[in-house]
Amino acid sequence: MANDDYKILSRNWGKPDSHKLETYLQSGGYEAARKALTMEPQAVAQTVLDAGLRGRGGAGFPTGRKWLFMPKDDRPRFLCVNADEGEPGTFKDRDILRYDPHMLIEGILIACWAMQAHTSYIYIRGEFTEPQRRMEAAIEEAYAKGILGNRVLESDFRLDVYVHAGAGAYVCGEETALINSIEGKKGQPRIRPPFPPQRGVFDMPTTVNNVESIASTPYIIANGPEAYKKFGTEKSPGTKLFCVSGHVNRPQVIELPLGVPLMELIEKHCGGILKGMKLKAVIPGGSSTPVLTASECQGVTMDYEALAAAGSMLGSGAVIVMAEGTCMVTTLHVLTHFYAHESCGQCTPCREGTGWMAQITGRMVKGKGKIEDLDLLLSLANGMFGRTICPLADAAVGPVTSFIGKFRQEFEDYIRTQKGPREKPFPVKWMS
Amino acid sequence: MGFEFSAETKQELDRIFGRYVTKQAALLPVLYLAQREFGYVSLEAMEYVAGIVGLTPARVYEVATFYTMYNKQPVGRYFIQVCTNISCALRGGMDLFAYLSKKLGIAEGQTTKDGRFTLVKVECLGACGNAPMMQVNDDYYEDLSPAKVDEILKSLT
Repeated sequence: MANDDYKILSRNWGKPDSHKLETYLQSGGYEAARKALTMEPQAVAQTVLDAGLRGRGGAGFPTGRKWLFMPKDDRPRFLCVNADEGEPGTFKDRDILRYDPHMLIEGILIACWAMQAHTSYIYIRGEFTEPQRRMEAAIEEAYAKGILGNRVLESDFRLDVYVHAGAGAYVCGEETALINSIEGKKGQPRIRPPFPPQRGVFDMPTTVNNVESIASTPYIIANGPEAYKKFGTEKSPGTKLFCVSGHVNRPQVIELPLGVPLMELIEKHCGGILKGMKLKAVIPGGSSTPVLTASECQGVTMDYEALAAAGSMLGSGAVIVMAEGTCMVTTLHVLTHFYAHESCGQCTPCREGTGWMAQITGRMVKGKGKIEDLDLLLSLANGMFGRTICPLADAAVGPVTSFIGKFRQEFEDYIRTQKGPREKPFPVKWMS
Repeated sequence: MGFEFSAETKQELDRIFGRYVTKQAALLPVLYLAQREFGYVSLEAMEYVAGIVGLTPARVYEVATFYTMYNKQPVGRYFIQVCTNISCALRGGMDLFAYLSKKLGIAEGQTTKDGRFTLVKVECLGACGNAPMMQVNDDYYEDLSPAKVDEILKSLT
Protein backbone atom coordinates (compact mmCIF):
# COMPACT_ATOMS: atom_id res chain seq x y z
CA MET A 1 0.00 0.00 0.00
CA ALA A 2 1.13 3.55 -0.62
CA ASN A 3 2.63 5.43 2.26
CA ASP A 4 -0.36 7.31 3.53
CA ASP A 5 -3.14 5.00 2.39
CA TYR A 6 -4.07 4.27 5.94
CA LYS A 7 -4.67 7.88 6.91
CA ILE A 8 -8.39 8.00 7.51
CA LEU A 9 -8.84 10.35 10.45
CA SER A 10 -5.83 12.55 9.84
CA ARG A 11 -5.92 12.71 6.05
CA ASN A 12 -6.80 16.41 5.99
CA TRP A 13 -4.53 17.57 8.80
CA GLY A 14 -1.86 19.91 7.58
CA LYS A 15 -3.89 21.16 4.62
CA PRO A 16 -4.39 24.93 4.67
CA ASP A 17 -7.67 25.75 6.42
CA SER A 18 -8.28 22.07 7.10
CA HIS A 19 -10.96 23.06 9.60
CA LYS A 20 -13.10 24.89 7.05
CA LEU A 21 -16.14 23.41 5.35
CA GLU A 22 -14.82 24.22 1.89
CA THR A 23 -11.67 22.18 2.47
CA TYR A 24 -13.69 19.27 3.78
CA LEU A 25 -16.07 19.35 0.83
CA GLN A 26 -13.14 19.33 -1.59
CA SER A 27 -11.96 16.03 -0.15
CA GLY A 28 -15.36 14.41 -0.67
CA GLY A 29 -16.78 15.56 2.63
CA TYR A 30 -20.42 14.80 3.50
CA GLU A 31 -20.76 12.27 0.65
CA ALA A 32 -20.82 9.50 3.26
CA ALA A 33 -23.61 11.28 5.12
CA ARG A 34 -25.59 11.59 1.88
CA LYS A 35 -25.12 7.90 1.30
CA ALA A 36 -26.17 7.03 4.86
CA LEU A 37 -29.38 9.01 4.44
CA THR A 38 -30.34 6.73 1.53
CA MET A 39 -29.80 3.63 3.70
CA GLU A 40 -32.08 2.11 6.33
CA PRO A 41 -30.95 3.45 9.74
CA GLN A 42 -30.51 -0.09 11.04
CA ALA A 43 -28.31 -0.93 8.05
CA VAL A 44 -26.04 2.01 8.84
CA ALA A 45 -25.50 0.73 12.38
CA GLN A 46 -24.98 -2.78 11.05
CA THR A 47 -22.32 -1.52 8.62
CA VAL A 48 -20.38 0.10 11.46
CA LEU A 49 -20.73 -3.10 13.48
CA ASP A 50 -19.55 -5.20 10.53
CA ALA A 51 -16.50 -2.96 10.15
CA GLY A 52 -15.48 -4.02 13.64
CA LEU A 53 -15.04 -0.45 14.87
CA ARG A 54 -14.43 -0.49 18.60
CA GLY A 55 -14.75 2.46 20.98
CA ARG A 56 -11.63 4.58 20.82
CA GLY A 57 -12.10 6.32 24.16
CA GLY A 58 -10.64 3.45 26.12
CA ALA A 59 -13.21 0.74 26.69
CA GLY A 60 -13.12 -0.75 23.19
CA PHE A 61 -16.82 -1.62 23.03
CA PRO A 62 -18.13 -2.12 19.47
CA THR A 63 -19.56 1.21 18.29
CA GLY A 64 -22.22 -0.29 16.02
CA ARG A 65 -23.42 -2.49 18.90
CA LYS A 66 -23.96 0.61 21.03
CA TRP A 67 -26.07 2.13 18.27
CA LEU A 68 -28.16 -1.03 17.91
CA PHE A 69 -28.83 -1.01 21.67
CA MET A 70 -30.94 2.11 21.33
CA PRO A 71 -34.62 1.31 21.97
CA LYS A 72 -37.09 1.82 19.15
CA ASP A 73 -39.81 3.49 21.25
CA ASP A 74 -41.09 6.96 20.46
CA ARG A 75 -39.07 8.92 23.03
CA PRO A 76 -36.56 11.45 21.69
CA ARG A 77 -33.05 10.00 21.39
CA PHE A 78 -29.72 11.68 22.02
CA LEU A 79 -26.13 11.24 20.95
CA CYS A 80 -23.46 12.60 23.29
CA VAL A 81 -20.00 12.83 21.83
CA ASN A 82 -17.31 12.43 24.45
CA ALA A 83 -14.63 15.06 23.88
CA ASP A 84 -13.75 15.31 27.55
CA GLU A 85 -10.23 14.24 26.72
CA GLY A 86 -8.47 14.02 30.07
CA GLU A 87 -6.76 10.67 30.46
CA PRO A 88 -3.16 11.71 31.11
CA GLY A 89 -1.10 11.15 27.98
CA THR A 90 -4.08 11.50 25.64
CA PHE A 91 -4.23 14.38 23.15
CA LYS A 92 -5.79 13.01 19.97
CA ASP A 93 -9.40 14.22 20.05
CA ARG A 94 -8.10 17.76 20.41
CA ASP A 95 -6.55 17.45 16.95
CA ILE A 96 -9.72 16.08 15.35
CA LEU A 97 -11.66 18.99 16.85
CA ARG A 98 -9.06 21.55 15.79
CA TYR A 99 -8.04 20.26 12.40
CA ASP A 100 -11.09 18.47 11.01
CA PRO A 101 -14.25 19.39 12.92
CA HIS A 102 -16.40 18.60 9.87
CA MET A 103 -15.30 14.98 9.89
CA LEU A 104 -16.77 14.78 13.37
CA ILE A 105 -19.98 16.53 12.31
CA GLU A 106 -20.35 14.12 9.41
CA GLY A 107 -19.85 11.20 11.78
CA ILE A 108 -22.46 12.66 14.13
CA LEU A 109 -24.87 12.94 11.24
CA ILE A 110 -24.32 9.30 10.33
CA ALA A 111 -24.66 8.14 13.94
CA CYS A 112 -27.78 10.19 14.55
CA TRP A 113 -29.40 8.90 11.38
CA ALA A 114 -28.56 5.33 12.41
CA MET A 115 -30.16 5.87 15.82
CA GLN A 116 -32.82 8.32 14.62
CA ALA A 117 -31.59 10.86 17.15
CA HIS A 118 -32.33 14.50 16.50
CA THR A 119 -30.05 16.10 19.06
CA SER A 120 -26.36 15.69 19.71
CA TYR A 121 -24.20 17.28 22.37
CA ILE A 122 -20.45 17.44 21.90
CA TYR A 123 -19.04 17.48 25.41
CA ILE A 124 -15.68 19.23 25.12
CA ARG A 125 -13.47 19.63 28.16
CA GLY A 126 -13.59 23.20 29.43
CA GLU A 127 -9.90 23.91 29.01
CA PHE A 128 -10.08 23.21 25.26
CA THR A 129 -11.19 26.71 24.28
CA GLU A 130 -9.55 26.67 20.86
CA PRO A 131 -11.14 23.32 19.90
CA GLN A 132 -14.49 24.60 21.21
CA ARG A 133 -14.27 27.68 19.00
CA ARG A 134 -13.28 25.62 15.97
CA MET A 135 -16.12 23.21 16.59
CA GLU A 136 -18.67 25.96 17.08
CA ALA A 137 -17.55 27.71 13.91
CA ALA A 138 -17.84 24.45 11.97
CA ILE A 139 -21.33 23.82 13.35
CA GLU A 140 -22.33 27.31 12.27
CA GLU A 141 -21.00 26.67 8.75
CA ALA A 142 -22.93 23.41 8.64
CA TYR A 143 -26.20 25.09 9.63
CA ALA A 144 -25.65 27.84 7.07
CA LYS A 145 -25.19 25.27 4.29
CA GLY A 146 -28.16 23.12 5.28
CA ILE A 147 -26.00 20.28 6.54
CA LEU A 148 -27.56 20.62 9.98
CA GLY A 149 -30.97 21.91 10.95
CA ASN A 150 -34.50 21.05 9.95
CA ARG A 151 -33.70 19.56 6.54
CA VAL A 152 -30.35 17.85 6.72
CA LEU A 153 -28.81 17.73 3.22
CA GLU A 154 -32.22 18.40 1.63
CA SER A 155 -33.79 15.39 3.36
CA ASP A 156 -36.63 15.33 5.87
CA PHE A 157 -34.20 14.47 8.64
CA ARG A 158 -33.80 17.04 11.40
CA LEU A 159 -30.61 17.32 13.46
CA ASP A 160 -29.34 19.84 15.98
CA VAL A 161 -25.78 19.75 17.27
CA TYR A 162 -24.53 21.71 20.28
CA VAL A 163 -21.22 22.15 22.03
CA HIS A 164 -21.36 21.70 25.79
CA ALA A 165 -18.22 22.81 27.61
CA GLY A 166 -17.07 20.84 30.62
CA ALA A 167 -15.63 22.69 33.58
CA GLY A 168 -12.62 20.75 34.80
CA ALA A 169 -13.37 17.23 36.04
CA TYR A 170 -11.62 14.14 34.69
CA VAL A 171 -14.44 11.90 35.90
CA CYS A 172 -16.83 13.50 33.38
CA GLY A 173 -15.15 11.35 30.74
CA GLU A 174 -17.14 8.49 32.29
CA GLU A 175 -20.35 8.35 30.30
CA THR A 176 -22.93 8.66 33.05
CA ALA A 177 -20.96 11.43 34.77
CA LEU A 178 -20.83 13.17 31.40
CA ILE A 179 -24.61 12.85 31.14
CA ASN A 180 -25.08 14.37 34.61
CA SER A 181 -22.75 17.18 33.67
CA ILE A 182 -24.79 18.00 30.56
CA GLU A 183 -27.86 18.17 32.81
CA GLY A 184 -26.13 20.85 34.88
CA LYS A 185 -25.27 18.58 37.78
CA LYS A 186 -22.10 17.51 39.55
CA GLY A 187 -20.27 15.09 37.30
CA GLN A 188 -20.76 12.02 39.44
CA PRO A 189 -21.31 8.68 37.72
CA ARG A 190 -24.70 7.01 37.96
CA ILE A 191 -25.46 3.51 39.15
CA ARG A 192 -26.41 1.22 36.29
CA PRO A 193 -28.94 -0.10 35.40
CA PRO A 194 -30.62 1.81 33.94
CA PHE A 195 -28.05 2.11 31.17
CA PRO A 196 -27.90 5.24 29.00
CA PRO A 197 -29.83 3.66 26.09
CA GLN A 198 -32.75 3.20 28.48
CA ARG A 199 -32.38 6.37 30.53
CA GLY A 200 -29.59 8.73 29.62
CA VAL A 201 -29.50 12.47 29.26
CA PHE A 202 -32.78 14.07 30.42
CA ASP A 203 -33.88 10.47 31.15
CA MET A 204 -34.09 9.80 27.40
CA PRO A 205 -32.39 7.06 25.34
CA THR A 206 -28.78 8.12 24.91
CA THR A 207 -25.60 6.82 23.37
CA VAL A 208 -22.20 8.21 24.34
CA ASN A 209 -19.37 7.75 21.82
CA ASN A 210 -15.80 9.01 21.74
CA VAL A 211 -14.81 11.65 19.17
CA GLU A 212 -12.41 9.32 17.35
CA SER A 213 -15.01 6.54 17.11
CA ILE A 214 -17.57 8.87 15.57
CA ALA A 215 -15.02 10.46 13.23
CA SER A 216 -14.12 6.99 11.92
CA THR A 217 -17.62 6.31 10.64
CA PRO A 218 -17.74 8.48 7.47
CA TYR A 219 -14.92 6.39 5.99
CA ILE A 220 -16.71 3.17 6.91
CA ILE A 221 -20.00 4.26 5.34
CA ALA A 222 -18.32 5.65 2.24
CA ASN A 223 -16.06 2.66 1.60
CA GLY A 224 -17.79 -0.22 3.33
CA PRO A 225 -16.72 -2.52 6.16
CA GLU A 226 -14.32 -4.55 4.03
CA ALA A 227 -12.27 -1.49 3.10
CA TYR A 228 -11.97 -0.56 6.78
CA LYS A 229 -11.01 -4.10 7.74
CA LYS A 230 -8.10 -4.02 5.32
CA PHE A 231 -6.36 -2.03 8.03
CA GLY A 232 -5.43 -3.37 11.41
CA THR A 233 -5.73 -6.91 12.68
CA GLU A 234 -8.54 -9.39 12.36
CA LYS A 235 -9.92 -8.68 15.83
CA SER A 236 -8.84 -5.02 15.99
CA PRO A 237 -9.65 -3.67 12.54
CA GLY A 238 -9.02 -0.17 11.34
CA THR A 239 -6.68 2.63 12.25
CA LYS A 240 -6.03 4.39 15.53
CA LEU A 241 -4.67 7.73 16.56
CA PHE A 242 -1.71 7.03 18.82
CA CYS A 243 -0.59 9.79 21.17
CA VAL A 244 3.07 9.36 21.94
CA SER A 245 4.53 11.51 24.72
CA GLY A 246 7.43 11.48 27.16
CA HIS A 247 11.01 10.59 26.32
CA VAL A 248 10.90 10.22 22.55
CA ASN A 249 12.49 12.49 19.99
CA ARG A 250 9.25 13.28 18.20
CA PRO A 251 6.25 13.19 20.50
CA GLN A 252 3.11 13.42 18.39
CA VAL A 253 -0.34 12.20 17.44
CA ILE A 254 0.04 9.70 14.65
CA GLU A 255 -2.53 7.58 12.85
CA LEU A 256 -1.47 4.02 12.12
CA PRO A 257 -3.22 0.72 11.50
CA LEU A 258 -3.98 -1.14 14.71
CA GLY A 259 -1.45 -3.88 15.33
CA VAL A 260 1.62 -1.77 14.69
CA PRO A 261 4.50 -3.04 16.85
CA LEU A 262 5.03 -0.78 19.86
CA MET A 263 8.78 -0.57 19.23
CA GLU A 264 8.18 0.41 15.61
CA LEU A 265 5.91 3.19 16.80
CA ILE A 266 8.62 4.45 19.13
CA GLU A 267 11.71 3.87 16.97
CA LYS A 268 10.50 4.46 13.44
CA HIS A 269 7.67 6.93 13.82
CA CYS A 270 8.75 8.91 16.86
CA GLY A 271 12.48 9.00 16.28
CA GLY A 272 13.47 6.70 19.15
CA ILE A 273 14.32 7.55 22.72
CA LEU A 274 15.50 11.06 23.52
CA LYS A 275 19.25 11.71 23.44
CA GLY A 276 19.96 8.07 22.66
CA MET A 277 18.93 7.05 26.18
CA LYS A 278 17.71 3.54 26.89
CA LEU A 279 14.05 2.64 27.23
CA LYS A 280 12.92 1.87 30.76
CA ALA A 281 9.13 1.50 30.58
CA VAL A 282 6.02 2.38 28.61
CA ILE A 283 2.47 3.05 29.70
CA PRO A 284 0.74 1.94 26.50
CA GLY A 285 -2.83 3.25 26.67
CA GLY A 286 -3.15 6.23 28.99
CA SER A 287 -2.19 6.64 32.64
CA SER A 288 -4.73 4.08 33.86
CA THR A 289 -3.27 1.18 31.90
CA PRO A 290 -0.65 -1.06 33.52
CA VAL A 291 2.96 -0.16 32.74
CA LEU A 292 5.13 -2.39 30.56
CA THR A 293 8.84 -2.90 31.23
CA ALA A 294 11.32 -2.37 28.40
CA SER A 295 11.56 -6.11 27.81
CA GLU A 296 7.77 -6.51 27.76
CA CYS A 297 7.64 -3.82 25.07
CA GLN A 298 9.67 -5.97 22.68
CA GLY A 299 7.37 -7.73 20.27
CA VAL A 300 4.10 -6.39 21.63
CA THR A 301 1.73 -4.89 19.06
CA MET A 302 -0.66 -2.01 19.52
CA ASP A 303 -4.07 -3.66 19.37
CA TYR A 304 -6.73 -4.60 21.90
CA GLU A 305 -5.84 -8.31 22.07
CA ALA A 306 -2.04 -8.13 22.12
CA LEU A 307 -1.97 -5.52 24.87
CA ALA A 308 -4.53 -7.45 26.91
CA ALA A 309 -2.37 -10.56 26.52
CA ALA A 310 0.60 -8.52 27.74
CA GLY A 311 -1.38 -7.65 30.87
CA SER A 312 -2.19 -4.09 29.89
CA MET A 313 -4.70 -2.30 27.67
CA LEU A 314 -4.89 -0.30 24.46
CA GLY A 315 -7.04 2.24 26.30
CA SER A 316 -7.07 5.58 24.53
CA GLY A 317 -3.88 4.82 22.59
CA ALA A 318 -1.81 7.15 24.75
CA VAL A 319 1.73 5.82 24.76
CA ILE A 320 3.80 7.37 27.57
CA VAL A 321 7.48 6.58 27.12
CA MET A 322 9.94 6.61 30.01
CA ALA A 323 13.72 6.42 29.59
CA GLU A 324 16.27 4.92 31.98
CA GLY A 325 16.75 7.31 34.86
CA THR A 326 13.04 7.96 35.37
CA CYS A 327 12.22 7.52 39.06
CA MET A 328 9.28 5.14 39.27
CA VAL A 329 8.45 6.18 42.83
CA THR A 330 8.08 9.82 41.86
CA THR A 331 6.21 8.95 38.68
CA LEU A 332 3.77 6.76 40.61
CA HIS A 333 3.20 9.59 43.07
CA VAL A 334 2.38 11.94 40.18
CA LEU A 335 -0.27 9.46 39.07
CA THR A 336 -1.74 8.66 42.50
CA HIS A 337 -1.97 12.37 43.22
CA PHE A 338 -3.93 12.76 40.00
CA TYR A 339 -6.50 10.07 40.85
CA ALA A 340 -6.94 11.42 44.38
CA HIS A 341 -7.55 14.86 42.92
CA GLU A 342 -10.07 13.54 40.41
CA SER A 343 -12.05 11.06 42.51
CA CYS A 344 -15.59 12.42 42.63
CA GLY A 345 -15.91 11.33 46.24
CA GLN A 346 -19.11 9.37 45.87
CA CYS A 347 -17.82 5.84 46.58
CA THR A 348 -15.86 5.29 49.78
CA PRO A 349 -13.27 2.83 48.40
CA CYS A 350 -12.27 5.33 45.72
CA ARG A 351 -12.51 8.53 47.75
CA GLU A 352 -10.51 7.10 50.66
CA GLY A 353 -8.35 4.71 48.66
CA THR A 354 -7.05 7.20 46.13
CA GLY A 355 -6.36 9.67 48.95
CA TRP A 356 -4.37 7.09 50.88
CA MET A 357 -2.44 6.06 47.80
CA ALA A 358 -1.44 9.66 47.20
CA GLN A 359 -0.42 10.15 50.83
CA ILE A 360 1.60 6.95 51.05
CA THR A 361 3.48 7.51 47.80
CA GLY A 362 3.89 11.14 48.87
CA ARG A 363 5.69 10.15 52.05
CA MET A 364 7.89 7.76 50.08
CA VAL A 365 8.97 10.62 47.86
CA LYS A 366 9.73 12.68 50.96
CA GLY A 367 12.03 9.93 52.22
CA LYS A 368 9.63 8.75 54.92
CA GLY A 369 8.41 5.56 53.28
CA LYS A 370 8.44 2.17 54.96
CA ILE A 371 8.86 -1.20 53.32
CA GLU A 372 5.43 -2.26 54.64
CA ASP A 373 3.95 0.62 52.62
CA LEU A 374 4.36 -1.40 49.45
CA ASP A 375 2.08 -4.17 50.68
CA LEU A 376 -0.23 -1.60 52.18
CA LEU A 377 -0.62 -0.02 48.75
CA LEU A 378 -1.36 -3.40 47.19
CA SER A 379 -3.89 -4.20 49.89
CA LEU A 380 -5.57 -0.84 49.31
CA ALA A 381 -5.67 -1.60 45.61
CA ASN A 382 -7.34 -4.89 46.36
CA GLY A 383 -9.96 -3.12 48.44
CA MET A 384 -10.75 -0.70 45.65
CA PHE A 385 -10.75 -2.73 42.46
CA GLY A 386 -14.22 -3.56 41.19
CA ARG A 387 -15.93 -2.12 44.24
CA THR A 388 -17.10 1.23 42.95
CA ILE A 389 -19.79 2.68 40.68
CA CYS A 390 -17.38 3.74 37.93
CA PRO A 391 -13.93 2.59 36.79
CA LEU A 392 -11.98 5.53 38.24
CA ALA A 393 -10.88 3.42 41.21
CA ASP A 394 -9.83 0.60 38.89
CA ALA A 395 -7.94 3.17 36.85
CA ALA A 396 -6.00 4.25 39.94
CA VAL A 397 -5.22 0.64 40.78
CA GLY A 398 -3.67 -0.10 37.35
CA PRO A 399 -0.53 1.99 37.80
CA VAL A 400 -0.13 1.17 41.51
CA THR A 401 -0.13 -2.61 41.16
CA SER A 402 1.91 -2.63 37.96
CA PHE A 403 4.55 -0.14 39.12
CA ILE A 404 5.09 -1.97 42.40
CA GLY A 405 4.78 -5.40 40.81
CA LYS A 406 7.32 -4.71 38.08
CA PHE A 407 9.70 -2.29 39.80
CA ARG A 408 9.51 -3.55 43.37
CA GLN A 409 13.28 -3.64 43.75
CA GLU A 410 13.53 0.01 42.82
CA PHE A 411 10.81 0.93 45.32
CA GLU A 412 12.51 -1.10 48.06
CA ASP A 413 15.93 0.41 47.33
CA TYR A 414 14.42 3.86 47.35
CA ILE A 415 12.78 3.28 50.72
CA ARG A 416 15.71 1.42 52.34
CA THR A 417 18.48 3.76 51.35
CA GLN A 418 16.22 6.78 51.52
CA LYS A 419 18.31 7.67 48.56
CA GLY A 420 16.73 7.96 45.23
CA PRO A 421 17.01 10.38 42.42
CA ARG A 422 15.15 12.85 44.62
CA GLU A 423 16.90 15.87 43.25
CA LYS A 424 16.55 14.64 39.71
CA PRO A 425 13.61 12.24 39.40
CA PHE A 426 13.52 12.56 35.62
CA PRO A 427 16.52 12.06 33.35
CA VAL A 428 15.77 15.12 31.25
CA LYS A 429 16.09 18.53 32.78
CA TRP A 430 13.92 21.19 31.25
CA MET A 431 15.69 22.46 28.14
CA SER A 432 19.06 21.03 29.09
CA MET B 1 -24.92 44.31 45.28
CA GLY B 2 -25.10 45.03 41.58
CA PHE B 3 -25.10 41.38 40.57
CA GLU B 4 -26.80 41.54 37.25
CA PHE B 5 -25.71 40.49 33.78
CA SER B 6 -25.22 43.12 31.12
CA ALA B 7 -27.80 43.42 28.36
CA GLU B 8 -25.52 41.55 25.90
CA THR B 9 -24.98 38.69 28.30
CA LYS B 10 -28.73 38.44 28.89
CA GLN B 11 -29.17 37.95 25.17
CA GLU B 12 -26.74 35.04 25.30
CA LEU B 13 -28.92 33.41 27.96
CA ASP B 14 -31.76 32.72 25.54
CA ARG B 15 -29.42 31.01 23.13
CA ILE B 16 -28.07 28.86 25.94
CA PHE B 17 -31.50 27.85 27.26
CA GLY B 18 -32.48 26.89 23.73
CA ARG B 19 -29.89 24.12 23.65
CA TYR B 20 -31.27 22.12 26.55
CA VAL B 21 -34.40 20.23 27.49
CA THR B 22 -34.47 21.63 31.03
CA LYS B 23 -33.64 25.07 32.32
CA GLN B 24 -31.34 23.62 34.99
CA ALA B 25 -29.09 22.10 32.35
CA ALA B 26 -27.94 25.62 31.48
CA LEU B 27 -26.17 25.88 34.84
CA LEU B 28 -22.61 25.14 33.64
CA PRO B 29 -22.65 27.64 30.76
CA VAL B 30 -24.38 30.28 32.90
CA LEU B 31 -21.72 29.88 35.60
CA TYR B 32 -19.14 30.56 32.88
CA LEU B 33 -20.98 33.75 31.97
CA ALA B 34 -20.94 34.78 35.62
CA GLN B 35 -17.21 34.13 35.85
CA ARG B 36 -16.57 36.14 32.70
CA GLU B 37 -18.71 39.04 33.80
CA PHE B 38 -17.97 39.22 37.54
CA GLY B 39 -14.33 38.04 37.42
CA TYR B 40 -14.91 35.01 39.63
CA VAL B 41 -17.78 32.97 41.00
CA SER B 42 -18.54 34.44 44.42
CA LEU B 43 -21.35 33.28 46.69
CA GLU B 44 -23.37 36.30 45.59
CA ALA B 45 -22.79 35.41 41.94
CA MET B 46 -23.96 31.86 42.67
CA GLU B 47 -27.15 33.17 44.25
CA TYR B 48 -27.79 35.35 41.24
CA VAL B 49 -27.21 32.39 38.89
CA ALA B 50 -29.52 30.23 41.01
CA GLY B 51 -32.34 32.68 40.35
CA ILE B 52 -31.68 32.62 36.62
CA VAL B 53 -31.67 28.85 36.19
CA GLY B 54 -34.33 28.13 38.78
CA LEU B 55 -32.24 26.16 41.27
CA THR B 56 -31.61 26.59 44.98
CA PRO B 57 -28.35 28.38 45.84
CA ALA B 58 -27.19 25.17 47.54
CA ARG B 59 -27.46 23.23 44.27
CA VAL B 60 -25.50 25.91 42.44
CA TYR B 61 -22.86 25.94 45.19
CA GLU B 62 -22.57 22.16 44.97
CA VAL B 63 -21.94 22.30 41.24
CA ALA B 64 -19.67 25.36 41.24
CA THR B 65 -17.42 23.78 43.86
CA PHE B 66 -17.32 20.38 42.13
CA TYR B 67 -15.68 21.72 38.97
CA THR B 68 -12.17 23.16 39.11
CA MET B 69 -12.60 25.75 36.37
CA TYR B 70 -14.94 27.97 38.33
CA ASN B 71 -12.76 30.24 40.45
CA LYS B 72 -14.36 30.68 43.81
CA GLN B 73 -11.73 33.30 44.72
CA PRO B 74 -10.49 36.23 42.68
CA VAL B 75 -7.47 35.47 40.50
CA GLY B 76 -4.91 37.72 38.85
CA ARG B 77 -5.38 39.28 35.45
CA TYR B 78 -3.42 36.38 34.03
CA PHE B 79 -4.22 32.99 35.48
CA ILE B 80 -1.27 30.70 34.82
CA GLN B 81 -1.93 26.97 35.05
CA VAL B 82 1.06 24.67 34.69
CA CYS B 83 0.54 21.01 33.88
CA THR B 84 2.61 18.80 36.19
CA ASN B 85 1.02 15.48 35.26
CA ILE B 86 3.05 12.59 33.91
CA SER B 87 3.82 13.51 30.29
CA CYS B 88 4.72 17.09 31.20
CA ALA B 89 6.66 15.98 34.29
CA LEU B 90 8.78 13.70 32.09
CA ARG B 91 9.70 16.72 29.96
CA GLY B 92 10.34 19.27 32.69
CA GLY B 93 6.88 20.39 33.82
CA MET B 94 8.04 20.58 37.46
CA ASP B 95 11.05 22.68 36.41
CA LEU B 96 8.77 24.96 34.45
CA PHE B 97 6.60 25.47 37.50
CA ALA B 98 9.65 26.17 39.70
CA TYR B 99 10.96 28.63 37.13
CA LEU B 100 7.68 30.56 37.06
CA SER B 101 7.37 30.48 40.81
CA LYS B 102 10.84 31.94 41.26
CA LYS B 103 10.48 34.46 38.49
CA LEU B 104 7.13 35.77 39.73
CA GLY B 105 8.08 35.47 43.39
CA ILE B 106 4.92 33.55 44.31
CA ALA B 107 4.16 30.05 45.54
CA GLU B 108 1.40 27.81 44.26
CA GLY B 109 -2.02 29.38 44.51
CA GLN B 110 -0.68 32.87 45.12
CA THR B 111 -1.17 36.10 43.20
CA THR B 112 1.50 38.72 42.57
CA LYS B 113 1.08 41.93 44.58
CA ASP B 114 0.26 43.95 41.47
CA GLY B 115 -2.62 41.56 40.76
CA ARG B 116 -1.14 40.58 37.43
CA PHE B 117 -0.42 36.87 37.83
CA THR B 118 -1.87 33.91 39.69
CA LEU B 119 0.09 30.67 39.51
CA VAL B 120 -1.25 27.13 40.00
CA LYS B 121 -0.34 23.54 39.16
CA VAL B 122 -3.00 21.58 37.29
CA GLU B 123 -3.62 18.05 36.12
CA CYS B 124 -3.28 16.92 32.50
CA LEU B 125 -4.48 19.53 30.00
CA GLY B 126 -4.38 17.17 27.02
CA ALA B 127 -1.45 18.67 25.15
CA CYS B 128 1.08 15.99 26.15
CA GLY B 129 2.86 15.90 22.79
CA ASN B 130 4.02 19.46 23.25
CA ALA B 131 5.22 19.21 26.83
CA PRO B 132 5.93 21.12 28.93
CA MET B 133 3.02 23.47 28.58
CA MET B 134 0.89 25.95 30.47
CA GLN B 135 -2.45 27.62 30.08
CA VAL B 136 -2.82 31.37 30.59
CA ASN B 137 -6.48 32.38 30.82
CA ASP B 138 -8.03 30.73 27.72
CA ASP B 139 -4.85 30.05 25.78
CA TYR B 140 -2.43 27.15 25.65
CA TYR B 141 1.31 27.80 25.39
CA GLU B 142 3.20 24.68 24.36
CA ASP B 143 6.73 23.37 23.76
CA LEU B 144 7.95 25.87 26.33
CA SER B 145 11.54 26.88 26.89
CA PRO B 146 12.78 29.41 29.47
CA ALA B 147 13.28 31.99 26.70
CA LYS B 148 9.76 31.41 25.42
CA VAL B 149 8.31 31.77 28.92
CA ASP B 150 10.17 35.05 29.41
CA GLU B 151 8.80 36.34 26.18
CA ILE B 152 5.23 35.28 27.02
CA LEU B 153 5.37 36.89 30.46
CA LYS B 154 6.64 40.11 28.93
CA SER B 155 3.74 40.19 26.49
CA LEU B 156 1.17 39.82 29.29
CA THR B 157 0.85 43.34 30.59
